[in-house]
Order: sequence, then C-alpha cells, then structure tokens
Amino acid sequence: MGLIGKSVFRKEAWEKVTGTARYTADYPATDSLHARIVVSPYAHAVIKSIHTEKAKEVFGVRAVVTGEHFPLTGEEIRDRPVLAKDKVRHHGEAVVLVVADTPHQAKRAAELIEVEYEQLPVVHSPTEALNPNAPLVHEQLGSYKKEERVYPEPGTNVANRTKIRKGSMERGWNLSEVVVEERFSFSPSDHAAMETRCSTAEIHPDGNVYIMTSSQAPFMVKRLIHEYFGVDIGKIIVETPLVGGAYGGKASIQLELLAFIASMAVGGRKVRILNIREQDMLTSPCHIGLDATVKLGSTRDGKIQVAELLFLFDGGAYSDKGADLNRAAAVDCTGPYDIDHVWCDSLCVYTNHPYAAPFRGFSHSELLFAVERTMDVLADKLGMDRLQLRYINAIRPGDTTPTQVKLNKSNVGNLPACIDRLKKMIDWDRGMIQDLGNDKLRVKGVSCIWKTSTIESDAGSGVTLSFNPDGSINLISGVIEIGTGTKTILAQILAERLKMDIRMIHVQMKVNTQSTPEHWKTVASRGTFMAGRAVLSAAEDLISQLKSIASCVLRVQAADLEVGYGKVFLRDEPETHVDVKDVAYGYVYPNGNGIGGQIIGRGHYNLRRLTYLDKETGAGKPGPEWSVGAQAVEIEYDKKHLTYRIVRAFSAIDIGTVLNEKAARGQVMGAMSMGLAFGGRETFVFDKWGRVLNPQLRTYRPLRFGEHPGYHVEFVVTPQLDAAYGARGAGEHGLLGMPAALGNALSLAAGVKLNELPLIPEKIWKMKQEEGHSHASL
Amino acid sequence: MISARLTVNDEEREVAFRPSDTLLFVLREKLGLTGAKPGCLNGDCGACTVNVNGTAMKSCLMLGVEGVNQTILTIEGLKDSPIQHAFIEHFAFQCGYCTPGFIMNINSLLKKHPNADDSTIKEFLSSNICRCTGYQEIEKAVKSLLKINREDKAGLQNDE
Repeated sequence: MGLIGKSVFRKEAWEKVTGTARYTADYPATDSLHARIVVSPYAHAVIKSIHTEKAKEVFGVRAVVTGEHFPLTGEEIRDRPVLAKDKVRHHGEAVVLVVADTPHQAKRAAELIEVEYEQLPVVHSPTEALNPNAPLVHEQLGSYKKEERVYPEPGTNVANRTKIRKGSMERGWNLSEVVVEERFSFSPSDHAAMETRCSTAEIHPDGNVYIMTSSQAPFMVKRLIHEYFGVDIGKIIVETPLVGGAYGGKASIQLELLAFIASMAVGGRKVRILNIREQDMLTSPCHIGLDATVKLGSTRDGKIQVAELLFLFDGGAYSDKGADLNRAAAVDCTGPYDIDHVWCDSLCVYTNHPYAAPFRGFSHSELLFAVERTMDVLADKLGMDRLQLRYINAIRPGDTTPTQVKLNKSNVGNLPACIDRLKKMIDWDRGMIQDLGNDKLRVKGVSCIWKTSTIESDAGSGVTLSFNPDGSINLISGVIEIGTGTKTILAQILAERLKMDIRMIHVQMKVNTQSTPEHWKTVASRGTFMAGRAVLSAAEDLISQLKSIASCVLRVQAADLEVGYGKVFLRDEPETHVDVKDVAYGYVYPNGNGIGGQIIGRGHYNLRRLTYLDKETGAGKPGPEWSVGAQAVEIEYDKKHLTYRIVRAFSAIDIGTVLNEKAARGQVMGAMSMGLAFGGRETFVFDKWGRVLNPQLRTYRPLRFGEHPGYHVEFVVTPQLDAAYGARGAGEHGLLGMPAALGNALSLAAGVKLNELPLIPEKIWKMKQEEGHSHASL
Repeated sequence: MISARLTVNDEEREVAFRPSDTLLFVLREKLGLTGAKPGCLNGDCGACTVNVNGTAMKSCLMLGVEGVNQTILTIEGLKDSPIQHAFIEHFAFQCGYCTPGFIMNINSLLKKHPNADDSTIKEFLSSNICRCTGYQEIEKAVKSLLKINREDKAGLQNDE
C-alpha cells in the first residue's frame, strides 16, 4: 500500500482541533468530590503538630486526611510516605489532603490547616549531600523495603550507586597523551506539560477500585496500588484518556495514590484531584538535576583511550524513579564513543529538593551535556576539529558499549553517516565563527547523541484487533496517546501489513486496564517498537483466521490463500476470492448455515534476551537498540551585552525506517525545542532554605512562540532488523544533544567554559568575571 | 450564587454560578464546554483562550459575570474553520492540550489582521505555550492562512 513513511494525519486530529478531545479533567465531575493538597512551605523540617479543626468546620468539607496510617511507597526503594509524616523533605511536599464538595470549598479549608514545623538544616545539592557532615535526608535508609537491584548506602545520602568497570583504567591512562577534566552542574527543573496532572478515584461497595488518571503508566498504577495497599490486582481498573503532554513526568505514580487515599477517607466516594500549576511543579515529581565530573584521556591523534566519570544525580527527597535514572546514565555514560577503558560511578543522591521523575531522554541529555562539553574541551586541547574528534571515536558495529554489549549493524544506527550529514547541513567547513560586526558573532556548536532504553528486561506490549461487519478493524493497544502519534503509526503498520485502507482502521485512544491489553508503560521511545511488533503479531493471527474461514468458503487449502485489498484470494488465481467483510463476522452459506464468528486477533511482544547489570562491573544488556545522531545549534551572540539568540538548530539522526515523515519530524523538532529550553533557561531557582522561588509559568519560562529557532532535521536510515518495518525509537532523541550543543556554541562565543545550566546571560557574565577576561574575547 | 444569561457559541444559556467563578470555570463546569483548558489559572499559558467580542481573551483571567452581555466564542463553536484544517495539514499539534487556545487566539488574530506581519503574529501567539511542537509547525499553519497566501481568499468564521 506504500503507507510506510507517509505523513498520515493523526487519527484523533479532528477531536483535537474541535475541543472534543477529552483529557482526564474534561470528564464530568458532578458526582465527584474534590481534594486539595496542603503542602510544606519548607524544604526540610520536623512536623510538630497539625491542626485541622478550623478546616473541618468549613461548609462542604467531607474529610481531612493526614499521613500517619499509610504505607511507604516508591518504585525502587519504599522511602516515600503518601502524605508526609514526622518530617517533610522538600518544599511542596504533600502534608494534608482536604476533601470537599467543591474545589473552592476544599481550597478554603486547606488554607485553614495549621501545621507547626521545626526547620532542619537543608541539603542543597548532591555534592553537598556526600559531605560526611551533611544532614541525612533519610535516617532510616537501611530499614526500607527495596527492589533487589538497587543499592542504597545506609548512613549516607546515597540512594543508589551503579558502577561501570570496563577494561583497565591503569592501561587507559598509560596510553593517554592528553588528558582533560571538567566539572558540571545544574539544578532540578520541570516537565511543565500543559495539562497539569489529574486523577480521580472511587472504591465501590464490591471492592472494585476505579481510577482515571493522566498517566503514561496506567498498568503500573494498577500494579502499585495492589502492592502498596493490598487491593486484589484484578479489582483495580485504571482508565487513561488522551494525555496533554507528559515527557516522562506522568510515568511516575504519585497523584493517583493521593486520589485513592482521599476516596478511602470518604467511604469510597469519587474524588478528583486536579493539580494546580504550582503543585504540579513542586509536589508531583520533577526533572532531575546533576553534578558531574568527566575526565577523558586520549592519544595525540585523538583516539580516546579512557573515560572516568562521576555522576551525582540530584534525586531530591525520594528515590522513586531517580534510582533508575542514575542506572540509565551509567549504561550510556561515555556518550556514543568507542572507549576501551571506562570507570563510572553514577549515583542517585538524596537532597532536600523536589524528587525526580523520568524526563524525556531518561538522564541522557543530562549526561551528554557533561560528556559532549568535555569532548569540545578535548578537541581544543588537541587542536583538532570538533566533529573530526567525534568522527574518529564514533561508536560503530563491532564496538562494545560501557556495559559491554557488542554492537552490530542492526542494534546501532550509523553515527559516522550522521556526522557527515550534519557537516553538510551546517556548512561546517566554512568555520564555526562568523563576525557580523557591531559586536555580533554567529557561532556553531555541535554534539553527538545516543540512547538505548533501560526498562524492565521483559517489558511487553499487547494488541487486540477486532473486525466490524464492514471489514473495518478496531485497533486496541495499551500505548497511551501522549502526543507522540504512536497510535496512528500503529494503524499505518496494520494497514501496510493487511494491504488495506487506513481509513478502515479505527483506533481506540482511551486505555482501560480491564479491557485493553497491557503495554508496560508509554516511555523510553519504546511504543512503536514494542506495540508495532504486537500489531504485526495480531495481524498474523487475523490473517490465519481469515484464511481458515475462507478456505471452507472457497473449498481450497488455507496455505494457498493471501489476504489484502479487502479480499482473501488464491495466490495463483486472485479472481477466486471472498471479500474480507463477508468472512470477518463469520460466513453464512446460502442455505442459512453459519460458520465462524467475529474474528478477533491478538498479538504481543516482549523484549528479549535483555539482562540485569552486574553489580560490580555493570556488564549486561539493558536495551534492544541504540538510536544515534549528530546535532548542532547556531547562535547569534552579542559580545557587548552577553546575550544571544538561537538562530537555527539541526539534527541528523538515525531513527531507522521513518514510518510517518511529518510525525517523525514533529517528534524530533519538539524534542529539540524542549532541549533548548532546558539548556537555555529552565531551572528551579532555590533560596537558601531550599524553597523553589519560581513554580509558575511566568517565572519558570518555557520557550514561547517567536523565540523558536529555525529547525532543520534530516534522517539517516539504518533499519533495526527486529523492529516493525525497521523503525527505531525516536520520541526522545531530538532533545538529547541540544543543551550540550548550545553550551558548546556559547562557550566558544563567550570565550569561557560554560559548564552549568541553564545558559542565561547572567551565567556568562559571572564566568567572565571569574576568569577575569583571561580568554580574550574573540 | 447568581443567575445570568451568557451568549456562547450563538446560543443564549442561563447559568447559575458564584460571583467569584472565572469564565473558564463557568464554561467548563457549568456549561460543559471543556475545550478551553486549565493550564495555570494565572494568565501565563493561554490554554484557556476564547474569543470575547472577537478578541482573544484568557478565560481564567475573566470572571463569569464579566461575560454577561458579551459575545463569547469557544473552540466548540468553531465549525470546519480553515484554521482547523491548517493545523491538521501542518501537524501543528501533538498532545492537543494547548490547541483550542492557540486556534482561538489565531481566530482573533486573523480577523483583526488578515495579513498579519511577523511581529503581530508573535505578539498574539507568544501569549500561549505549546510544550510539544517546536512552534515551527504552528507558524507554518498560521502563515498559510494569511490572506495573501490563500487561494480561496475565503473569510474566517465570524462570531458576530
């Protein structure tokens, strides 16, 4: 049908441009109570007392909930109370829940809750947290229940440590003629999805728990409510409609738990919690921060021999997914380079900051900022072209990754080809700096990227396909439509396989964990890969059932039949056929006899041959493939005012076969935009008490229309052989190199090393002050 | 509670609400018009944008009572508009949450400035945030709708 690569419009397009698309908070709440969260004004404090009397007197208040009686939660380590008890560990932590008839009654009552605190010393950064005299964020770390492969260090603030030990460091340093070492730092920030998180929960008299939530992981909501609260897993039914942006932030399970305990407090009545923006940023989990040290050793001709990396991730007050983020960073710690001798310690460290959720790229844009900035420093020290250094060391089939996975032509994309393509796109040979006069410079910065996934080693995805009487098909998948268009891509895959009109494929957007087959979580750029394979598997099931009925109708062997173009036909005699619609619901013979029935196909795919990482060396295979790419940013820098404008941004990226050209471009450009905003301006601003000063979209500033650069995206195509039609993961990768490319461009333009984010003019000014203009401006 | 008549999408609706309820709250919770979205309740994100007498307004910054005797157009009242077609054709949305706000903002922009220049487009659209796209697609969609770029030269839907 030639549908692969076609820019098919999204299936839910008209819903989204007419306002009929429904997100969680758009479902009527006339039968619902409303909860409001009272949060901590302090980053670290003992809770002395909580006074709820005045709040309870407010008209319409049905319950006031405090945290004494609930189990500890957390995906890797059970370190997080649903509501704070004994002490608070970050600004914005949920302390009390007020449930009332209307949102404004709940708000009024919440304002009357009085909590007495006694402030404790605050842990401000992961580096500070490792100081032997640092206050402990979790005194009871040794007693928490935890998953098997997470390694907290009781008596310290280390929640998890992942080690990479590859080759021999001694040999690596001996082979090195040039050594560079750089330190990096940035604070936590936020996803700032336009839809703030929203959850409703109700508990019916029969014990069934119904939850509707804006989540990337409704099946994980089901699993965790079962594990935390002991509810039978089959009695938990989670629904997720369309989700208004997620970027990893809605992969954490948090607000659902609050909605659940709120419903428990009012006898199972339905309760809705819709985050206000401030609490969406502070109370729900945020984007992780990082302090990093990168040391590289190379021969004089630019072959990197050794890498020593220390990543101290700012996991914040609770480990939840932070203790998985540090692991993922270790897996790809070197960036996309072939390095024989690697030592990396990647830590998730407790601080008194808001705690971390996954963020698009899952710690990769963060680690790549550190590694790719260091690559530029190394290139300069070697006197070598920055892209040439990257080209020489680029990871290739036959090389091994830091966790010692041997790469081949299928499981890694073609990085050298991406670098070559980028060079042409950015006119690299014309130089990195152009003097425009009037104190203005045009400057280019580059970065390379790679990423695999580190999700559960047996994570899977299921799909069911059911026919309608007209031969059209209902496609039901557990992938959440968070904006990536994956469910439209699945329809393309199905239409291509069955050689049918894509308009005859009806995609169910909403997910219901009781009736939708499970997709592990809609994360890690694994939607199209896993669900795509599941669609193909379900399509085979449909085809074999169609052939089976048609073989009776046509009185031929099923093996001689083909399916396509709305027909089941004889391979060697296509005019002998039966229409799909005449067998899709079973077949009725002229005398009234019926055979078959509605054909329902099912398929699934589970990740295969992945392994856990060895505790001491990190050896193991965490993900199925690596997408790679090369990126650049071109800025216009004002030498006088130290300000800059991002003029153009570039990606040459290998995402394998492109299934939907415009959708893929949209994913890459949108991710680039988010990466530029993260690198250039977004951060939580903390005061000396660890309070976040800017939890609003007027003080925390994402990119706005008109501040966007021109985007230039080109694809290099190295098919992944085990993926549906060869498509690689693509949802995150556009983001990954943007902070580093921006940092590299600005460091070159300003003549100072800019190793902290975000890259605001004030930071450039400070660095210039510190270095005393020792690097004469260019 | 007060009772008032609001003219929304060419229909006169009688609705009871609190004097302090925002227009956004009244539209969503009282009239069931959930196309306008809450994003910040603070005027920062533009997801709640509607047209009031043809002007793009953030409905979280207006009280419901301020909507009385005004002509209010929400995304639900926009039928088969060229803007909707352009958004689809240019892939100008992903998650779709900011989309009604952007479309209503553009509806007002193009009626006031059918041949808006870049700075006018920026002035209007910088009051909305899209977190999924890189804005380039939205820019292309808007520019395709400028009168000078349109073959059919047809007018945009009027709410008056």
